[in-house]
Amino acid sequence: MTEQLDAGLVAERIAESDQLSAPSGDREIGRARRRKEDARLVTGRTTWTDNIQLPGMLYVTFLRSPMAHARITRVDTSAARARPGVVAALSGRDLADEQGSLPCAWPVTEDIVIPDHPPMAVEEVRYVGEAVACVVATDRYAAADALEEIEVDYEPLEAVVDMTEALTEGSPKVHETGNRAFTWRFAQGDVGAAFRDAPIVVERDYVQQRLIPTAMEPRAVVATTDGDSFTLYSATQIPHVLRVMLAMTTGIPEHRLRVVAPDVGGGFGSKLQVTAEEVLALLLTRRIGRPVKWTESRSEGNLTVHHGRDQLQRIRLAAERDGRLRAVQVELLADMGAYLMLVTPGVPLLGAFMYNGIYKMDAYDFTCTGVFTTKMPTDAYRGAGRPEATFAIERAMDELAHELGLDPVEVRRRNWIAHEEFPYTTVCGLTYDSGNYEAATDRALDLFGYDTLREEQARRRAEGDPIQLGIGVSTFTEMCGLAPSRVLGSLSYGAGGWEHASVRVLPTGKVEVVTGTSPHGQGHETAWSQIASDALGVPFEDVSVLHGDTAISHKGMDTYGSRSLVVGGIAVLSACEKVKDRARELAAHMLEASAEDVEFADGSFRVRGTSQGRTIQEVALAAFAAHDLPDGVEPGLDAETTFDPDNFSFPHGTHLCAVEVDTETGGTTIRSYVAVDDVGAVVNPLIVEGQVHGGIAQGIGQALFEEAIYDAEGNLLTTTMADYLVPTALDLPEFVTDRTETPATSNPLGVKGVGEAGTIASTPAVVNAVVDALRPYGVRDVRMPCTPERVWRAINSGTSGASGVSEASEGSHGSGAPQSSQGSRASEGFEGGGR
Amino acid sequence: MIPAPFEYVRAGSLDEACRVLAEAEEAGEDVKVLAGGQSLLPLLRLRLAYLSALVDVGRLAELRGVEDRGDHVFVGALTTHDEVLRSEVVRELVPLLALATATVADPAVRHRGTFGGSLAHADPAGDLPAVALALDCVFVVRSDEGEREIPASDFFVDYLESALEPGEVLVGVRVPKLGPGWGFHYEKFHRTAQSWATVGVAAAVRLGEGVVEEARIALTNMGPTPVRARAVETALRGVPLGSSDGERLRQVCDLADEGASPPADLHGDPAYRRHLARVLTRRAVVTAGA
Ligand SMILES: Cc1cc2nc3c(=O)[nH]c(=O)nc-3n(C[C@H](O)[C@H](O)[C@H](O)COP(=O)(O)OP(=O)(O)OC[C@H]3O[C@@H](n4cnc5c(N)ncnc54)[C@H](O)[C@@H]3O)c2cc1C
Repeated sequence: MTEQLDAGLVAERIAESDQLSAPSGDREIGRARRRKEDARLVTGRTTWTDNIQLPGMLYVTFLRSPMAHARITRVDTSAARARPGVVAALSGRDLADEQGSLPCAWPVTEDIVIPDHPPMAVEEVRYVGEAVACVVATDRYAAADALEEIEVDYEPLEAVVDMTEALTEGSPKVHETGNRAFTWRFAQGDVGAAFRDAPIVVERDYVQQRLIPTAMEPRAVVATTDGDSFTLYSATQIPHVLRVMLAMTTGIPEHRLRVVAPDVGGGFGSKLQVTAEEVLALLLTRRIGRPVKWTESRSEGNLTVHHGRDQLQRIRLAAERDGRLRAVQVELLADMGAYLMLVTPGVPLLGAFMYNGIYKMDAYDFTCTGVFTTKMPTDAYRGAGRPEATFAIERAMDELAHELGLDPVEVRRRNWIAHEEFPYTTVCGLTYDSGNYEAATDRALDLFGYDTLREEQARRRAEGDPIQLGIGVSTFTEMCGLAPSRVLGSLSYGAGGWEHASVRVLPTGKVEVVTGTSPHGQGHETAWSQIASDALGVPFEDVSVLHGDTAISHKGMDTYGSRSLVVGGIAVLSACEKVKDRARELAAHMLEASAEDVEFADGSFRVRGTSQGRTIQEVALAAFAAHDLPDGVEPGLDAETTFDPDNFSFPHGTHLCAVEVDTETGGTTIRSYVAVDDVGAVVNPLIVEGQVHGGIAQGIGQALFEEAIYDAEGNLLTTTMADYLVPTALDLPEFVTDRTETPATSNPLGVKGVGEAGTIASTPAVVNAVVDALRPYGVRDVRMPCTPERVWRAINSGTSGASGVSEASEGSHGSGAPQSSQGSRASEGFEGGGR
Repeated sequence: MIPAPFEYVRAGSLDEACRVLAEAEEAGEDVKVLAGGQSLLPLLRLRLAYLSALVDVGRLAELRGVEDRGDHVFVGALTTHDEVLRSEVVRELVPLLALATATVADPAVRHRGTFGGSLAHADPAGDLPAVALALDCVFVVRSDEGEREIPASDFFVDYLESALEPGEVLVGVRVPKLGPGWGFHYEKFHRTAQSWATVGVAAAVRLGEGVVEEARIALTNMGPTPVRARAVETALRGVPLGSSDGERLRQVCDLADEGASPPADLHGDPAYRRHLARVLTRRAVVTAGA
């Protein structure tokens, strides 16, 4: 008989395997603990939002606009209302007085245009999928059927799908104010001078295609009220931010609103949002007085989960003849979609200080224009701004190497910040606290077998092998650990970047950690337990971590931007230290010694030089009983900390990718992938490994598979997973991963954050490899995703293989290089290598 | 993702299924047979199709199973993809079917989706219609009025349209054994391991002394129906498959897309698909002949 999938059994297995992976020393930090939350997550014995059932629950479905841009001239919900089981059917007009406007918390410039964004469209729809009406019914089926009874008349307006056209004089307007949301500029040094007489200038245009974050768990919302207070359950990664924003948007007083993020199955930024559906669920429960639930379908999600990326990038490098950079200049058009959502305009700016990568240079110029189109708004998606920046600079560095006939690794070596130069303040004014690019790169080259692969590449080129080999490099860094509050303030962000933790040792000596971070797959329960276990000298099993409910964790800034460990984890550590200090005072009192004479080791306080001691559990019980406390000491053993970081953290690494390109079909196969990441000190290597694997997979998704495609009328064509292709394990190689460990100097654990590293690093590594394979064909770019058709077209035309609906501006690919070494190093003997 | 309401009838026997279908037809109702539901239910859930009733044949053992019947293998319509793959008889006697089925979707879909459902659905992007066409399978069909046989060449009528009349149930398919000397291959080109074919080629090749004596080739997703590549079949006769004569084979396989009218979609435009059909046909023939 096959074994039943049983949570208890799984937990047992996990415990068993932990015995096998014995810790190095007795510290928890650094130990490859299996995640304590996994048994319940993988067996489903947990609360996902859609599992929540409340008495009297009603179900909501939304009627969504089939038009990209139209005036709503009539909505008739009467037939829907007449159907059995239907409790309410409402249009935007019905809710107009109370629904407010969805918030944008990042007005990046003074003159930014932030259009009114009603959760449910009232006068006009501006993207396909925008909610225009809803049905509330006693079951999902009745709600879905009634939806078809709602009549809506639209007066079509012109769609605006292309950013470049959107900015032209005669373009139809998404909003009356026009299609430009803002222009944001940041410049350092004399860029004009750097370019004026530069021996080498490389100019390239890249397209960051639009992506659809595909979390395993679709979005779901449950809202309920007792007539006085409100509770919103949502598959969100930001319960705390959401509570503040919902209070502001709906007028429900903040102290009467509780937001709960139950277990959440992935977000990747897509659940860093204040969504229309969350606001509307609250309004509906307020209006009807019964709990309501909404769960999206995958197709609904593809249309209406905020999208990611979607930028047109122009990057120019000025360099010396030996490859050393003088300056980088970047011009971006960033597609905002139809409205500015929570951090929509800020996303490209998270990359604004990163187009210099790990390289030294004298001057830098970055300009970004946010453009409105009649598409789903964009917002944060794993890496948010930094993958785009890293892609552009890492692709351009390969182009520079090609122009100069240099090895791409060598060009990077000539430019990067040397290990002994840290801390280093970059041209953008960021201070990279630590790094060792040499060590990570050398290790990666070694693991990859770089020289051997280059030899094989040369052989295949010489033989005219129809399967060509390409090698791609990406030496990336990123700024994460969002973020020092004062820096966010200087960038006009609407909030701070601190994090909160409280730690309490219960009367029985068990420990509860309450964190303001909001894990949705990251494993905080395990990692925070490891931190607390070491700090307090208690067993790992004796710690539990509470999160995701504003009634339990009253203060927090949630989880995104690889911030949780570097900000939230440090808050946990700091709260533990405070607890320990209090315990030490009490222990000293119990031991009749002075606190200075009491030392702490292995969970016990001892008077120095004696065997006299008290365990922290004994101290906790005494603190609870409070029968004999020193003057001024409060009962109970607990403490809290709110930590605001001084600096970002700067993980880095070197990723190498070898791709085989079938030149007959255009098909690509990743043959090997090596990632050597430096994320500083590591709390749990297994979790780090998981983050790196998932991140690389997602970055490869952008490079080779994923694209949200709108047609000229603004219809999304990729509404199912048969059209929007997300890679699975079957499409990915074995990843070879390793780490170098250069501790961050900006926090006591030396940690840097790993949540986004893989995604940021991998995309350019893969595309560089594809292009490298095709150099003999005169190809110098393949537009992402590098689909077989695009690769095939690129081979046959020596261009980027761009075609189809969302064409990039052609004709701007001209290289400014006076020394352009067009053609190939190894084109001799190459059959059919013509352009 | 909630379908519009429909009636559901679970048939207890093939006769009952036929009777219910006939009655529904008479009443002018829109009724369909439900097998594994892997194609039909998505259509209903996306509300791309509205039906008044489904007749579930899923429990009819008489439609299930694989049998060696001398000159052919009979595959019951309800045999799941997974059962086809596990069948010794299929693997040994009609290996092309196993080779193509192994590329269908993922294990979950293969455990529910059926051989007959794949064919009756008549999706030209499905992998099995091309196999049926290449091998000249014979479709055995039953209705209230009795049984009839439909050759594969008549079965696929148009996009998602087969020669099945309303009221007819596909009972099974006779898959001819081609006899000794044949080699087989199914060459599928798709963007991810679990996605549908951009183009696929089902090939059976009989060699004599390194030279093609006979070939059967059909294409997946190169038109509204699977396409038999007759021009290549004819031209391949007498062509050696040894590597020294690659150019001749290449020229012959460049006929692969003759008569095809490939679709344009997100995974490829017609010109690219035509090119793929040529390349993949050459590869399929070489592998089948190896
Ligand atoms: C995610 C996914 C990926 C897939 N990928 C592929 C792929 O790569 N390649 C591929 O070939 N297929 C693929 N499929 C389709 C899969 O092979 C299905 O099994 C097949 O298309 C239909 O079989 P079914 O038994 O599920 O039929 P159903 O969905 O039950 O029925 C399909 C149609 O056939 C009719 N029908 C079914 N059985 C009979 C019968 N006995 N008599 C008369 N009419 C009948 C039904 O009325 C209906 O019109 C995929 C499906 C999914 C969900």
